[in-house]
Amino acid sequence: MSPTLTDASPVFTDPADSLAIMERTRSTAETFGIPLAVLAELTHRCPLQCPYCSNPVELDRGSTELTTDEWKKVLSELAEIGVLQIHFSGGEPTARKDIVELVQHATDVGLYSNLITSAVLLTRDKLAALADAGLCHVQISFQGNEPVVADRVGGYRNGHAKKLEVARWTRELDLPLTVNAVMHRQNLHQLADIIQMAVDLDADRLEVANVQYYGWALKNRAALMPTIDQIDETSRIVEDAQLRLKGILDIDYVVPDYYALRPKKCMGGWGRQFFNISPSGKILPCHAAETITGMEFESVRSNHSIAWIWQNSEAFNRYRGTGWMPEPCQSCAFKEIDFGGCRCQAFALTGDAGNTDPACTLSPVHAEIFKLAATESTEGRDRFIYRNFKGGTLEPDADHVHGR
Amino acid sequence: MTELRSNRRISVSEASKPILPRHARLKFDETRQRWVILAPERVLAPDDIAVEILQLCDGARSVADIIDLLVAKYAAPRDDIGTDVLAMLQDLADKGFLTQAREKTA
Ligand code: SF4
Ligand code: SF4
Repeated sequence: MSPTLTDASPVFTDPADSLAIMERTRSTAETFGIPLAVLAELTHRCPLQCPYCSNPVELDRGSTELTTDEWKKVLSELAEIGVLQIHFSGGEPTARKDIVELVQHATDVGLYSNLITSAVLLTRDKLAALADAGLCHVQISFQGNEPVVADRVGGYRNGHAKKLEVARWTRELDLPLTVNAVMHRQNLHQLADIIQMAVDLDADRLEVANVQYYGWALKNRAALMPTIDQIDETSRIVEDAQLRLKGILDIDYVVPDYYALRPKKCMGGWGRQFFNISPSGKILPCHAAETITGMEFESVRSNHSIAWIWQNSEAFNRYRGTGWMPEPCQSCAFKEIDFGGCRCQAFALTGDAGNTDPACTLSPVHAEIFKLAATESTEGRDRFIYRNFKGGTLEPDADHVHGR
Repeated sequence: MTELRSNRRISVSEASKPILPRHARLKFDETRQRWVILAPERVLAPDDIAVEILQLCDGARSVADIIDLLVAKYAAPRDDIGTDVLAMLQDLADKGFLTQAREKTA
């Protein structure tokens, strides 16, 4: 799945507007309202093996996945408590044989549904069946703008050509399309072409997402980390395209926080406006939360309701609001703006999820980590470790030199 | 391709016959007791007047018809209502949440 989808929070504020974008602003002391949108990771199975995958290195096996009936019950419960949108993701959501049935059920209970897919398993008939079942939006991930780079990154032969085909079917079926492009050192040179590809595919939106370094991506950081020059160039290209394509293509851009001054407002704040459900039914504050080892997350298979877990479970309350924060966050003016950054990144880089996100320049370990990352980006260690259920496979040497 | 493109950025006039595009759904949210527009990655909260206008946008009625209906209902000057309706619809169109009924080619 895309490592940043959920960072593009579903809600923004524009208060003086008759069409205000909805956000329920509430003080940290209040109870937290049910999120407007939820991410359902139907499975961790995926035909691709992206080295930047944000799934945990310990993937959920197929045998532990929620059954069709369990997912349907979850969808009904979500709609009942006030969730409005459901993002079907994974792994690869269409690896589930019941995907059409689940989309139909989402429609029946009144949820707006979005399919976040790598697209390679879809046939035209399957896509048409999904559209008939009420699917509202399709998001397809791309690994590059042409097969040599794209198929190497995805670790899947002919994947790129297949994605282009499915993207065209999507528009033929009159479904809105978002192109999601995850960018890193080894494909950033294609950004301008990827933007043009999205225009040519008649996409409505393009998400330019820089890799976020936890899960598989952290294992692959040396092969993925962009150079500082690349990042400057990226911002220029995106800003130029945003102007040029206004009204034609919406471009969302997530700035890589390794090279930023302050961290991203991860998930809009832990437990504030978002949760996701893992393949085996755990309710998580973010899709990468299981990379924080040692934390216990409650499951939809427990005796508790989803609303109870959201409001009362220890995992959600541990980093909610600002009370848990250490210094320098606790006395920082930005604490209600970025909520101390990303807990998964704090854990990945410092071993304690309760620390200030090292992406922040005020973090005591920021300088050291930034230096390390910048060095890694220039060392030319380009071999990937591919994501799979075997704990990862190192790319054969020199394979990447000639593509596949 | 170019035609699809020009359809996407519409400029609203009294002759337009607007409709919400497929990816934008107007829905009453029972939990929060208010109308919302659901769209990819966002939820819009239209105010009461916007909702009333949007409910009239069915792809068959023209903007002129919609203005006339509201003028009759609120007994207000046509100029005022017309300006507000056009501004609201253009705003929505600029944000990508309004399209025109269009003939299916191909
Ligand atoms: S391997 Fe790639 S396509 Fe599959 S879930 Fe991970 S990021 Fe998505
Ligand atoms: S110190 Fe904490 S609250 Fe302040 S900017 Fe850094 S991460 Fe954000």
